[in-house]
Amino acid sequence: MSEPLVIDREGVDALIEALIDRGYEVVGPTVRGQTILYDTITSTGDLPVGLRDRQEAGTYRLEERGDDALFGYVVGPQSFKKYLTPPGTVFWKGLRTEDGFETVEAAAPPRYAFFGARPCEVAAMRIQDDVYLPVADGVYTERRERSFTVAVNCTEPAATCFCASLGTGPAVSVGYDIALTEVLSGEHHFFLAEAGTDIGEEVLSDLSARPAHDEEVVGARRLVVHASDHMGRTLDTDGLKELLSANLTNSIWDEIGSRCLTCTNCTMVCPTCFCSTVEDRQALDGSSAERVRTWDSCFTLDFSYIHGGPVRSSPGARYRQWITHKLSTWHDQFGSSGCVGCGRCITWCPVGIDITKEAAAVRERDIRRVAVGIPSVREVLE
Amino acid sequence: MHPVPCRVRSVVRELDDTFTLDLEPPSDDWSFVPGQFTMLYAFGVGEVPISISGDPGDPTRLVQTIRAVGPVSDALTSVVAGDVVGVRGPFGTAWPMEFAEGRDLLIMTGGIGLAPLRPAILHTLEHRDRYGNVTLLYGARSPEDLLFADQLQQWRGRFDLEVLITVDHADRMWRGPVGVVTSLINRASFDPESAVALVCGPEIMMRFTIQELERSGMTEDRLYVSMERNMKCGIGLCGHCQLGKFFVCKDGPVLSCAAMTGACWTREV
Repeated sequence: MSEPLVIDREGVDALIEALIDRGYEVVGPTVRGQTILYDTITSTGDLPVGLRDRQEAGTYRLEERGDDALFGYVVGPQSFKKYLTPPGTVFWKGLRTEDGFETVEAAAPPRYAFFGARPCEVAAMRIQDDVYLPVADGVYTERRERSFTVAVNCTEPAATCFCASLGTGPAVSVGYDIALTEVLSGEHHFFLAEAGTDIGEEVLSDLSARPAHDEEVVGARRLVVHASDHMGRTLDTDGLKELLSANLTNSIWDEIGSRCLTCTNCTMVCPTCFCSTVEDRQALDGSSAERVRTWDSCFTLDFSYIHGGPVRSSPGARYRQWITHKLSTWHDQFGSSGCVGCGRCITWCPVGIDITKEAAAVRERDIRRVAVGIPSVREVLE
Repeated sequence: MHPVPCRVRSVVRELDDTFTLDLEPPSDDWSFVPGQFTMLYAFGVGEVPISISGDPGDPTRLVQTIRAVGPVSDALTSVVAGDVVGVRGPFGTAWPMEFAEGRDLLIMTGGIGLAPLRPAILHTLEHRDRYGNVTLLYGARSPEDLLFADQLQQWRGRFDLEVLITVDHADRMWRGPVGVVTSLINRASFDPESAVALVCGPEIMMRFTIQELERSGMTEDRLYVSMERNMKCGIGLCGHCQLGKFFVCKDGPVLSCAAMTGACWTREV
């Protein structure tokens, strides 16, 4: 694509305006209830300016950075699936007629510009593309195909981040229209802006931006590389798919199950979790009916219920289903991992269950190795 | 994702809680293969997966057998001729009717599991010369719980089909065997080196049936089961029906035991 450009905060405002002018509803990070949540924005003033998020297992705090950074935080509990598969979407509506019933055609959804999408978020949308686009579900496809993505490269990962292990960040490589990198050092505060698509380039050409100097590009790249070297966590993906599928009968699941509250938080905050259920409603007089799609979670008993009882009644079996789907069977189903390393499930777990630690614990107690008496790496070191 | 309104031609009460609906198909060029199911919709109440129990050779009828076990199946079984229900589908994989050609065919089922196998049986009888020995082994709770009892009588009268039926408990009017369906295997005549088995019933019944059939010398690539899981969408989107790597709604419900690795039989998977 085109040469990298440099814009300042006013340029970012102009970018938001240019998107609004093109008919997009611009949605991005805002602050509400001391949490960064996605909402409609109209200027950089709506962004969490000068804030940083402190994240750890079961902990989330916002604090002042003491600067004017526009993107000095990573990800909050929400992802853009909030807009692409909104919970509570009426995906079918019917009217009772003399001949039974007829379908009411749905109105076209808004055109969203996803603003400030982190590389893990962009990766998550691409993973959800593989789930939804082949079946044209009538909700996701329409929203996704009309959307615009302004990605922001990460320069300061949180303690819960591990995108580098999954190759999904901290730099965005595909799936964006415009990518920004914020550079804030001493006197300098600018944004490197790069187009990833023709329409991204067209939008950038509307802004009064100047071409970036080489040292500005190198400096911005260096910040992202630095982020890659300072991930808060790592996930060893070597043979992970096979490890989990071979350890379904490991006793570790019962132990994790004894800590897990099956609250569903991890699945609600996960940007790739796509399971849903349908609620049927009808008007009191029976004249119309709606089918409403809401998010569902493999952690509920109802999720696997068939006549006679749930298939997965123990919490351990439900955790096993979630982590095995995410890190193992997702590869079989969609050809990639279902995890992007955003760390949300770690932060928002009320008891701090950590997907990276649990995967490592399964590796440590791999029943294939234990069965033949081969010591683990840790056992050798000790 | 949209249910198509289909008119109910007739409703037959099979058992106390089990009904067969004869529907006008969603379209003129509608067809299905044995083993498939549809999502049936009761207006405003909800949608459930129901296997097709009719004749695949007759595309003018969509026949579905439903056991009333919840609000939606209750609503679907209280319809009368002339009512309209919603249909999406057909969905899912088929019984291996072509693969089984030239081989002995063993059809093993329990309870309402006979419904998703009836299209396979009807197809086999329609093309009887393509198959070797054909045996239906059917287990029910009691003689009163035999599904499609009239048709079973009819099939039992044929010389080209062996029908063996067992029940869990019966009074002294019952002259047939009492016990689990696996106890019928040694009465069936089939070549374990080449025969194909189609199995549908409660998961525990299928698990033991597979074990017994493997013990008799059959290999897992010739053993097929129809799995049941919670289903909301039928197109691999809602995630409820996952069984290991499979979405039972689109990778199943009919699965070969060769594809169903040990993982699929693990408790609570």
